[in-house]
Amino acid sequence: MIKAVNTLSLILFLLFLTACTEGALNNPYVVDEGMNKVIYSSFSERPKHLDPARAYSSNEYAIIAQVYEPLFQYHYLKRPYQLEPLLAKFMPSVHYYDVKGELLEQSASDKDIAFSEYNIEIKAGTKFQPHPSFTLPLHKELPAIWDGKSLYDLPMATRELTADDFIYQIKRLADPATQSPIAGLMANYIVGFSEYSSKQSALSKQFPALRKTQRLQSERMQGLKKIDDTHFTIRIKGKYPQFINWLAMPFFAPMPWEADEFYANPVLVKKNMTLDWFPVGTGPYFLHENNPNRRMVLVKNPNFHADVYPYEADENMRQQGLLVDAGKTLPLTDKVIFSLEKESIPYWNKFLQGYYDVSGISSDSFDQAVSFSAGGDVGLTDDMVERGIGLQTAVTTSSYYLGFNMLDEVIGGYSDKAKKLRQAISIVVDYEEYISIFQNGRGVVAQSIIPPGIFGHITGEEGVNRIVYEENDSLVRRSADEAAELLTEAGYSHGIDPQTGQPLVLYFDTMDSGPDSKARLNWLRKQFNKLNIKLVIRGTDYNRFQEKMRNGSAQMFMWGWNADYPDPENFLFLLYGKNAKAVYGGENAANYQNAQFDALFEQMSTMENTPKRQEIIKDMLVITQQDVPWLWGFHPKAFSLHHAWYKNSYPNLMANNKTKYINVDAELRKAYQAKWNKPVFWPLVFVLFLLACLVLPAYLIYRRIERAKAL
Amino acid sequence: MINYIIRRLLYVLPVLLGVNILTFVLFFVVNTPDDMARMQLGDKHVSQAAVDNWKQQRGYDLPLLWNDGALGFEQASKTIFFKKSMSLFAFDLGISDNGRDIVADISQRMWPSLAIAIPSLIFGVLTNITFALLLIFYRSTFLEFGGLFICIALMSISGLFYIIAGQYFIGKLLALTPISGYAPGLDAFRFIILPVLIGVVGGLGSGVRWYRTLFLEESAKDYVRTAKAKGLSDLQVLFKHVLKNAMIPILTGIVVILPLLFMGSLITESFFGIPGLGSYTIDAISSQDFAIVRSMVFLGSFLYIIGLLLTDISYTLVDPRVRLD
Repeated sequence: MIKAVNTLSLILFLLFLTACTEGALNNPYVVDEGMNKVIYSSFSERPKHLDPARAYSSNEYAIIAQVYEPLFQYHYLKRPYQLEPLLAKFMPSVHYYDVKGELLEQSASDKDIAFSEYNIEIKAGTKFQPHPSFTLPLHKELPAIWDGKSLYDLPMATRELTADDFIYQIKRLADPATQSPIAGLMANYIVGFSEYSSKQSALSKQFPALRKTQRLQSERMQGLKKIDDTHFTIRIKGKYPQFINWLAMPFFAPMPWEADEFYANPVLVKKNMTLDWFPVGTGPYFLHENNPNRRMVLVKNPNFHADVYPYEADENMRQQGLLVDAGKTLPLTDKVIFSLEKESIPYWNKFLQGYYDVSGISSDSFDQAVSFSAGGDVGLTDDMVERGIGLQTAVTTSSYYLGFNMLDEVIGGYSDKAKKLRQAISIVVDYEEYISIFQNGRGVVAQSIIPPGIFGHITGEEGVNRIVYEENDSLVRRSADEAAELLTEAGYSHGIDPQTGQPLVLYFDTMDSGPDSKARLNWLRKQFNKLNIKLVIRGTDYNRFQEKMRNGSAQMFMWGWNADYPDPENFLFLLYGKNAKAVYGGENAANYQNAQFDALFEQMSTMENTPKRQEIIKDMLVITQQDVPWLWGFHPKAFSLHHAWYKNSYPNLMANNKTKYINVDAELRKAYQAKWNKPVFWPLVFVLFLLACLVLPAYLIYRRIERAKAL
Repeated sequence: MINYIIRRLLYVLPVLLGVNILTFVLFFVVNTPDDMARMQLGDKHVSQAAVDNWKQQRGYDLPLLWNDGALGFEQASKTIFFKKSMSLFAFDLGISDNGRDIVADISQRMWPSLAIAIPSLIFGVLTNITFALLLIFYRSTFLEFGGLFICIALMSISGLFYIIAGQYFIGKLLALTPISGYAPGLDAFRFIILPVLIGVVGGLGSGVRWYRTLFLEESAKDYVRTAKAKGLSDLQVLFKHVLKNAMIPILTGIVVILPLLFMGSLITESFFGIPGLGSYTIDAISSQDFAIVRSMVFLGSFLYIIGLLLTDISYTLVDPRVRLD
């Protein structure tokens, strides 16, 4: 009976479905890719920029890092993170020069080094993706028959990558018209960068009609030198070993001049077809469809150079099956479909239906996905296990901290009293509780500025911040009494401000003052209350908050930092005196300035990762733990779920080009999708039946009304 | 009528100028060009030189409303207001602060919005009117009480609940439609069934009660009694006479929003992954993109005025007594 009802309902329903799909009725993809190797992913907000000179956020890198390739990349599986050549043939040789331009020994001291020169050789034979910009006649005129819908309907060509493409991109970084976020930073390092930038600015004012490509190519940047088609050098000021990490970022991906020339066509600009939206790269994929309001599709680049899945990994990784595809040609999939999914609830439901391959875990779905054992170990719920879903966790290379403005008269400063006040606060603000309540346990309490996974992070008891934790026990917080004692020593006995005779009042500036943040802010007030300190929350909008930070008028604030590259310098510079935000406009938002720390920073920043460097970092961490410019906060732990058919997934927090290593078992996905998405029709019939039940009394009343007297 | 239309269209100019000035002042009370630059450039490694460069490249390095450093007409014309806002009167929406052509963006995103809004409006109005007339027909019966009870229940539930529950039951448990997503052309049909259904059901409670009130007022008039006395059935009276005579208030509510339909719905489009214009203005306000904000406010005001004009014209079509002079 139920079967017959289902069949009938199906026929009825299909009458409405004129646009049928090949897959299940609820399949959100119009074209069923069947057994094709396709990754289904999503994005929650449209990327701002896809130009590698401008893009600087993770949602932008999710796309462009698959299309553009820099000179170097992070090895997918090796830990600690290790750079390896990508478009470069070898790791670069670095030569040092003194102020007169004389070559120095490799062992030369830092103070003698005026310039470092990176000698780079690129792989010969690498080709760009097929693209109409390489069909030179199109620079002058687009064919009349082109309907303007897809660039890939135009005649396409390619060409070989040369050293000029890297040089051209660095010039683009310097060009004020590009508005690269790292232009200011690179001006401090690359020789001639600032001068080139000024010259370009002058040229564009003097000759506004001059084409951008001509303008950029007409001038030479002093620090860049082409040796031949596959060799070039970059000269930077002083010694800056972290520069190589920048060379591994998309900012330094090669850009063909033809792309700039092609996209200058006003017809394309009017259609929003610009270099900022339609990339031209050498990477494993090219952006075939780009509708940032709906979906973006990456397709395998037919010209992709030889690249294979890595062979090297540790035994644990081998056991996880991460070397099954070792030696196979990359990329392992043909297509990646990113669909716009703004809300977490539909995203999560579609993940459970098998229409997305991976998912994060929002707080709404956390209990549905994750369970904790009696011992506190993280695991998946039975439902997730039954579905074959896997869980990956990784402590991110990020720090979320509460900063004290060291320029503030009450909370800042370097006197013993000021230090003790901050130390007392650092004891009572219980970040273990914070992580448990507001992060669903997804995070580790920070003991210092350097997160796990970055050289300089000290694990175990040795790394524990003894200002906050007991001397004898590894992770037992000092008591509130000890904090109160420190507070008394700071001059605020029982939290009373001697000047007013009232509880000490401190101010916390935040952008998150809406209803969603109420619980978090109440929690923070409660922490300060333990010391009888009154915390006043000063809610402010984004603009004013940034302004307060720039002016140094905030007293306390919460902020975060995400690593650009896996070097301690990228975290410790956040406390370097010459980066003080209110003084020098740098990234040191706490305006912390300690001469001893600064001297050690300068020494450490140019060193290789040696035990000596570790010792220096340790000393720096002790200084900052004593001074407490920050409550060190926590390092978030990323939880990621993936389906059984999604292979080779492994957390790599530095690499952005991970997609090429991913493999999918399309057959398994199809089987699961069919199992999880069988349509159910009987409730529809039930609803129709209920409506039919109403018709009878309605008809009876109708008859009664019709037979009644009209007036 | 032509004179009336021309006169009304001429009124548009001062209204739009006022809207433009108000938008400009409100936007720049909250944001400065420096704030806009920092928002666009991001949080990391942003120097004042980069901010100044951004402003110069985008034309935000001029004074806001009055240029003391210029002479004559240029005191007004060499300002951000003049450069950014006056071109709108020629319907030149220009380039967003993010570097995208605004007209191209709108023309790409308006169709999905319309694909949801038009069927939602048509089915919504038809369903609401039908149910409202039936409630009048079954007046003082348990069907009317039951119907009103359901209407109040439907009104009491948050619109967001309909979306989440609809996606869960129809998209997930019954697996009959995609939970979210969109495809152009005929393929769009599969994706709009659920949002349209939810839109219609979600608006049923308030819609039916509103139309019922209109029809109740109309059904108490003398001509209804005359029609009944002449022997017409109740259904004929309601659907032929009452409905026709209640068209003016119905049109007042509908025609005015017709031109604005393409601007989409923020929540529906967000939950259903519809690539429409619903979030365009809100996103622009969040990202401090003045070029988009001023364009959308201008367009919205203009279309609203056109909607009001169309409403007036539509009155002449449904009621011969109405003349526009």
